[in-house]
Amino acid sequence: MFDSPFFADPASLAQGALAGLIFGFLLQRGGVTRYRVILGQFLLKDFTVLKVMMTAIVVGAVGIYGMLATGMLGEGAMHLKSATLLGNALGGVIFGVGMAVLGYCPGTGVGAMADGSRHAIFGVLGMIAGAAVFAELYPWVNRTFLKVGDLGKVTVSQETGLSPWWFILAMAVIAVAGFLALERHEHHHPEAPGSAAPA
Amino acid sequence: MSNLITRPRWSPYLVGAGIGVLSWVAFAWMGKALGTSTTMVNVAGAIEGVVSGQHVRETEYLAKHIVGKPVFDWQFALVIALFIGALLGAKLSGSRFKETVPDLWAWRFGTSPALRYAGAFLGGAVLLFGARMAGGCTSGHSISGGLQLAVSSWVFTIAMFGAGTVTAFALFGMKGRDHV
Repeated sequence: MFDSPFFADPASLAQGALAGLIFGFLLQRGGVTRYRVILGQFLLKDFTVLKVMMTAIVVGAVGIYGMLATGMLGEGAMHLKSATLLGNALGGVIFGVGMAVLGYCPGTGVGAMADGSRHAIFGVLGMIAGAAVFAELYPWVNRTFLKVGDLGKVTVSQETGLSPWWFILAMAVIAVAGFLALERHEHHHPEAPGSAAPA
Repeated sequence: MSNLITRPRWSPYLVGAGIGVLSWVAFAWMGKALGTSTTMVNVAGAIEGVVSGQHVRETEYLAKHIVGKPVFDWQFALVIALFIGALLGAKLSGSRFKETVPDLWAWRFGTSPALRYAGAFLGGAVLLFGARMAGGCTSGHSISGGLQLAVSSWVFTIAMFGAGTVTAFALFGMKGRDHV
């Protein structure tokens, strides 16, 4: 469109489409394309979102760091986003406020439209408007917030000098212990909606 | 297996593991990390570009994303296909249902669709502004960044969950918990 074709190369688009197809299917089956599941998480009643997210992070981390360790992936294969700490934290707060009002995040909002949510359509239109507003204010945001606490593209492992496997192990232990306790709690209080989803 | 195809809800652990494995494939084979919110910038830029190409070229953030690069890229295809994948998931299980105003919202703010649509629009605008300020969203930061152990993504995710929880309780209170 601007000094470039509108479409990327077909192979790249086919790969993106394959990833999206699976991602969308999984999000829908996970129940996270539902407003009540997202708000249930923020109201600390239904922990589905945290269960999906933590499992994805731990399983994903084992694979990615496993492939790095065996040389199947090079360091260049990492896709780290810059740790501009004020921007990450403030952006996260703004995102959390908006997500609690909308009841979806960008991915689950698009999935929710497919799942029958009419109000998600307005949410996604709002996202496009939000992107446009951000683009206009970017020079000011960049000057004011994005230079504060800039550590670059780093991992917690690089920052602390500890092996990444300690962090992965810690996350796995916290996830397994936390979710075991949660499942036991949900078993004793079967009205909690997260309990009604056996494998 | 056919049972799994038609089952409306899968275990959240199975879904999470699936997304984790999908990330392996995205990193190792496609050379990409799962993400969605950058596509909203491309869409906004393309719409603005129809009205004024010059404005897009002069707006640094839009130019950075779509000048000299395809608008419809890997992630754009992912977002479109995400819709189709979710539709497939809903249709194959017969779990799709029309929702105009969710129960919790109706309990607190009434059943007016217009008010809910306005709230959803505003919430969407706010969250995407935050995502762009932070450099990613729940997929690009929390999942893809979280699994790489990125400092930026962990900071984002903790801030996001904290603010989301506080906002939800501020909007709906303890009694709101009976409506989700």
